[in-house]
Amino acid sequence: MPKPLIALVAAILLASGVSHFSGHIDPYYLDVVTGVGINVILAVSLNLVNGYTGQFSLGHAGFMSVGAYLSAAVTLLLGQKLFGEAGGTELQQGLLFLAALVVGGLGSAAAGLAVGIPSLRLKGDYLALVTLGFGEIIRVTFQNVESLGGALGLNGIPNYTTVFWVYSVAALAVFTVVCLVRSTYGRGFLATHDDEIASEAVGLDTTRYKIVAFVVGAFFAGVAGGLYGHFKLTITPTGFDFTKSIEIVVMVILGGMGNTPGVILAAILLTVLPEVLRSVDEYRMVLYSLLLIVLMLVRPKGLFNFDYARIFARLRGGRAPGN
Amino acid sequence: MTEFLQQVLNGLSLGAIYALIALGYTMVYGVLRFINFAHSDVFMVGAFIGYYVGEHLPAGTVWGGLVVLAAAMAGCAVLGILIERLVYRPLRGGPTLNVLITAIGMSLFLEYSGQLVFGATPRAFPSIFPSKVISVHGLIISMNQVIVILVASVLMVALELTVYRTKIGTAMRAVALNPKAAQLVGINIDVVISFTFGLGSMLAAAGGVLYALNYPSIDPLMGVVPGLKAFVAAVLGGVGNIPGAALGALILGMVETFVDGSRFSTYKDAIAFAILIGILLFRPAGLLGRFATEKV
Repeated sequence: MPKPLIALVAAILLASGVSHFSGHIDPYYLDVVTGVGINVILAVSLNLVNGYTGQFSLGHAGFMSVGAYLSAAVTLLLGQKLFGEAGGTELQQGLLFLAALVVGGLGSAAAGLAVGIPSLRLKGDYLALVTLGFGEIIRVTFQNVESLGGALGLNGIPNYTTVFWVYSVAALAVFTVVCLVRSTYGRGFLATHDDEIASEAVGLDTTRYKIVAFVVGAFFAGVAGGLYGHFKLTITPTGFDFTKSIEIVVMVILGGMGNTPGVILAAILLTVLPEVLRSVDEYRMVLYSLLLIVLMLVRPKGLFNFDYARIFARLRGGRAPGN
Repeated sequence: MTEFLQQVLNGLSLGAIYALIALGYTMVYGVLRFINFAHSDVFMVGAFIGYYVGEHLPAGTVWGGLVVLAAAMAGCAVLGILIERLVYRPLRGGPTLNVLITAIGMSLFLEYSGQLVFGATPRAFPSIFPSKVISVHGLIISMNQVIVILVASVLMVALELTVYRTKIGTAMRAVALNPKAAQLVGINIDVVISFTFGLGSMLAAAGGVLYALNYPSIDPLMGVVPGLKAFVAAVLGGVGNIPGAALGALILGMVETFVDGSRFSTYKDAIAFAILIGILLFRPAGLLGRFATEKV
């Protein structure tokens, strides 16, 4: 079995192991840990679009909301029909949740395709604006669909999200993104990022790469949305506005664009940080925003962007390459 | 017919406010090529300065209103210049994404420190100008709407004169066209950029006070939505293009007012973005923008 696959299986087993003991963990910490996992999925999947492929999307929260609503609709509607009042066995619930997550992810991927095909012809700031616009349109639409709760949102979503689900999906997201980018096919993402014109000149279909990145990113955003809905138990359209998108973008940028370990660390840091700052609650968000500005001024290439080759070389006692 | 005219009037005054904000976006984009996300929060600060100054002045007088406007504009000009000097200048020449994120950080900083300093609850804005309602053949014209349109027109003419008839305005246009060449002919680019930020922030402050007059409640997050829409207006007209921003803002104000009056009113906030997407897909340079071919 190839190494990444072993790592994936190990991560899922570990997640299910930890999940088994989640009853013994303080619920507050469990909440934070779950939140961290969901943000890791969002940040890693956005990193495929913004980091590796170099396209600036500001609509990730919109895709997240599509997944959240679709999967919540599946568990709410089908759950009642299939299990009735009894609520079904744990296995049945698990399978239903899996189906709901897949439906949410696929629906979101379809939305990603629909958004991506027209807008990925644009570049830079303009692409950012169009994705932002689509995110907001999705939000306003949900606000107006009465059958999905309108502005009040959906309530009474069953509590299915566990540490096992969140971290299995997170592991799967990391696995997918890393393997995709490292594959022969996936070199095209990096090429699109580095120089679009040169890539086209050597025959790469850059538009196709952008759309693939967008769709895969949207898929995981949708699944993360499903997990989020079954974790918070209630979803409102305003929870997925563009501030949420920006929050995810910030994780990617602080982690260092196209640097998966860094992005994971940044997602953890930026989820835990507001919790730590809770003791100074009033100043919490002020400090958060100040930190963002200072970090951009001091470490513009991302907080966790180290020259790994140089560090390893130094650890081995040799001379650093490139000196 | 009266209803139609009423909507046109409402659209005009909304559009005038969007125009004042959009001009700041478009000018900064013109010289620095980045979206100043904090601009919408400068707009908010302008409204709050207006609120605090307005409290100490007798309400309902023309001179009082003008003093409030002037104070807000002066305060925000200083704020805008400070933001550029302290936060954006160190990053100039770096990757645009970093500047964008810093701008987002600055925007969040202003919003959250606003909540800390001003409090998060909305406040009623004092009626600083004389408030009177005139009715002409059933058409209701409020004094505030007249003031909004009047002040906005005066400011836009003043801006046009500054940009096209003064030395610093010429320098601004030169920097927008080609920053390096502008430096080579002896233009102090730092001064020009500071000036641009000051000018844009002044207009945003005026927009903030006028917006607060017409929708008389202010809070630290009041800038977010008008700010986004004003940016859409700037893109609609052709970002970096001053008359374009004004035109885009008027169109957007009109369309929004008419949608608001129709049965699709709940989709009002989505309309701006639908326009944005449409324009970017079919005419990315905007209505008045010139399309630049990309050179390899």
